[in-house]
Amino acid sequence: MDFDLSEEQQMLAKTVRDWARKESTVERFRKVRDADGLGFDPKVWAQMGELGWLAMPFPESVGGFGGSFVDAGLALEELGKMLVPEPYLASVALAGRALLRAGDAAQHERFLTPMLEGQTTLALAYAERDARFDPAHVRTEAKAAGDGWTLSGEKIFVLNGHAADHLLVSAVLDGELALFVVEGGAEGLTRETLRFIDGHRGARLRFENTPAAARLTAMDTAEVLQRAMHDGAAAAAAEGLGVLQAMLGITTEYLKTREQFGVKIGSFQALQHRAVEMFVEVELMRSMAIEAMVRADEDGPERAAAIAAAKMQLGVGGAFVSRQAIQLHGGIGVTDEADIGLFFKRHHALMTLFGDVEHHVGAYADTLAAE
Amino acid sequence: MVPPAMDLTFTERDEAFRKEVREFVASAMPPEMKQKAADYGHFSMPEIMEWHKILAKKGWVAPHWPEAAGGPGFDATQRFIFSEEMELAGAPPLSPFGLVMVGPLIIRFGTDEQKQRFLPKILSGEEVWCQGYSEPGAGSDLASLRTSAEDAGDHFVVNGQKTWTTYAQYADWIFCLVRTSNEGKKQAGISFLLIPIDAPGVEVKPMQTLGHTPAFCDTFFDNVKVPKENLLGPLNGGWTLAKALLGHERTLVAAVGQCRRTIRLAKHIAAETQGADGKPLLDDPRWRDRIARLELRLRAHQMTNYRSLAEQQKGKHPGPETSILKLVGSELVQAADELCMELMGLNSLSWFNDEGVVPAFEQWVPSTFCYDRATTIYAGSNEIQKNIIAKMILGLPSK
Repeated sequence: MDFDLSEEQQMLAKTVRDWARKESTVERFRKVRDADGLGFDPKVWAQMGELGWLAMPFPESVGGFGGSFVDAGLALEELGKMLVPEPYLASVALAGRALLRAGDAAQHERFLTPMLEGQTTLALAYAERDARFDPAHVRTEAKAAGDGWTLSGEKIFVLNGHAADHLLVSAVLDGELALFVVEGGAEGLTRETLRFIDGHRGARLRFENTPAAARLTAMDTAEVLQRAMHDGAAAAAAEGLGVLQAMLGITTEYLKTREQFGVKIGSFQALQHRAVEMFVEVELMRSMAIEAMVRADEDGPERAAAIAAAKMQLGVGGAFVSRQAIQLHGGIGVTDEADIGLFFKRHHALMTLFGDVEHHVGAYADTLAAE
Repeated sequence: MVPPAMDLTFTERDEAFRKEVREFVASAMPPEMKQKAADYGHFSMPEIMEWHKILAKKGWVAPHWPEAAGGPGFDATQRFIFSEEMELAGAPPLSPFGLVMVGPLIIRFGTDEQKQRFLPKILSGEEVWCQGYSEPGAGSDLASLRTSAEDAGDHFVVNGQKTWTTYAQYADWIFCLVRTSNEGKKQAGISFLLIPIDAPGVEVKPMQTLGHTPAFCDTFFDNVKVPKENLLGPLNGGWTLAKALLGHERTLVAAVGQCRRTIRLAKHIAAETQGADGKPLLDDPRWRDRIARLELRLRAHQMTNYRSLAEQQKGKHPGPETSILKLVGSELVQAADELCMELMGLNSLSWFNDEGVVPAFEQWVPSTFCYDRATTIYAGSNEIQKNIIAKMILGLPSK
C-alpha cells in the first residue's frame, strides 16, 4: 500500500494552498457572501481555468490534463480550508464528471471543454422535492418536440443552478430516466436564486416546455446519477477534510492564546483531551477522504462502502469536530464575526449533500450479512 | 410506621392551574404571534415586549417575584408549570434581564428609593434592561473583569467594554459589574452599577449571531458619569450580587419545555417528510428509534427536574445539582435541533428563503440549530458546570 502523493500532486496541493492564502482568504468569502451577485467571482473561475485546476482531473481527449479524481480532491481540500466560494465541487466534481460519462465527443467539446477552460460553469440538476437522497426519484418530464425535446417540472437546491451556463437535468422520457443539457438562458426556464445555510447560492429551477440543447446517452442515466452521487459524496469528504482541518487549526490556536483564570485555556486537561479527540476524528476523515476519492472511479461494492464510511465520518466524527470547535470558542463562536461559525455552516452543507449519515448507514446496513 | 409513599403526580390544584394557564395563553396570544409560534419562528424584541405587556396586564409577568413586589404569588411548582406551558405554546420568551436578573436583585439588595424607581417599570415593560457582565477578556473567568468605575465625588466615571450585552440596542438600562477597587482578591473589588443606556459616552454596537438574528451587542463606556445612587448593594460587594444572579439564571436553563417543543417539531417534520420509499419518515423504524431515544432521555431529564422542584417546594434553595439540569437540558436542546435538521434532509440547507421553498415550520430550524450552539455556552458554560459538580458535589481535589 502507498498513501504517498506524487511529486506533482504535492506541488498541486501547495500551489492551491498558496494561492488561496494569498488570493482567497475567508475574508474574501465573507465579502462575496454579503454582496449581491452570484456568490462567487467569474474572474476567479477564469483564473482557476488558466491555472489548469478545472482541466486537471479530465482526460486529454476532452481538453483535460489526464489527471485523476484524487487531484481534484487535493484541490478541494485546500479550497475547503479557506472556504473558497467558486463552484469547484458543483461544476467540476459533480456536473463535469457526469457530463464526461454521459456525453459523446461532440457534446464534450460543446459543453465540457469550455468549462475546463474557465469560460463557463456547469450544474447538475437532480434533486426534487420528496426525493430524499434518491437521484432516481424524478418527476420532471421530457417529451419529444420536433428534432429535440422539451422539459417540464421542478428541481430544487441545485448547486450553482443560479449561475450555470449549462444545466444537466434529469427527467423521465417515455417512462425511462434520461439526462439532458439545458442552456442557462433557455426559454421557459425560471431560475429562482436560493440562499444556502453556508452562504453559498443555488437555485430552484422551473421548467415549462423548456427546450433541451442535447440529450446525453453515452451511459445509462440511472448509473450516471448514482455515480454522480458518489462523486459528490467523495468530493464533499475531500472538501470537508479541509474544512475540519481548518477548524481544528483555528481552535487549537485559540486554546493556545485565550487566557482565563490567569492561564491559557489550552492548559486545562479537559480541553486538551477535547482537542485530541477532534484531531483523531480529522485523521479518520483524512483516511476516508482518500479512500473515497480513490475508489470513486472503481466499479463494485467497495466503492459504495468507502463512500458510506466517508460520509458517516463527515457526519458523525466531523460533526463532533465542528460543534466542539464552536464550543471551545465560547460566546465569540456563536457570532457571525468569528470565522469558525462559517466553517461550521459549510460542514453542515457538506455532511448533508449527496446523502446524510442515516442514508449511507441505511444503504450499507442493507448489504450486511454474516461472514 | 409506613413511610409516606412517593407521589410523582401533580395535585389537582396544580392541574387546574395548568389548565388555567393554557386557556389564558390560547385566548391572549394575538393571531400573528400564534402563527409564528406554530411555525417555530424567532420572535423579535418588539414582539417579545408586546407579549410582556399582555402578561403584565394579567399580573403574571414576574412569576419569580414575591407578591409584595408585584409577583403573582406562584409557588415553585406553579412557576414550573407556568414556564413549561409558555414554552410549549411557543410564546415569545420574555427578556430575562429585568424580570429574572436585576429585578430580584433590586428586591433583595435595593434601597426603597431604588425599588420604587425601578421595579414598577420593569413589570410594566416601560423600561427594558440588558446585562453588562462579560467582557472580551472575562468570560468564564468573570471576576477578571476590567471595566472600571472611578469615584468622582457624587458620581462614578465608568470606562470599558462589555460584550454579549444581549438586546442592548432595545434597552433603556444596563446593569453592570464594574471594578471599583484593585485591592485584595479580584472578586473583592467589584461593584454593581445601574447605568442608563442613553447616558453620554455609552455606545452600543449590535452584532449578528450565527443564526443571523440581531441579539448580541458590544457596549462601550467612555467616561460615562453615573450617579452614586445607581450603586446597587454595597460598594465592592458586587460579587455577592453576581453570584446570587447566576443562581437565578441557572434555574432557567433546564429548558424542559424547549426540549419537548423541539422534539414535537421533530415528529412533525418526520410525519411531513417523505422518505425515498414514498412513506413518511415517521413510519421508518430507523427514524422512529432516533426520536424515541431523545424522548426517553427527555423523560429522565424531566423527572430530574421534578426532583429539584420538589426540593424547592419544601423551601430549599437550589444548590449545585442545578448544574445537572443545565448540562442535560442544553445538550438535549442541541440534539433535538440536530435531529430536526437531519430529518429535513436537503431542506436543512435553506437559509431564510422566500415562502414555499421549505414548509413554514421548517423555515427557522437552520437558524435555531446554529444559534442554539450557544445553549452549552451561556449561563455558565458546560465546562464550568462540570467544574461545579466535580468540586461541590463529588468533592474532587483541585490542582
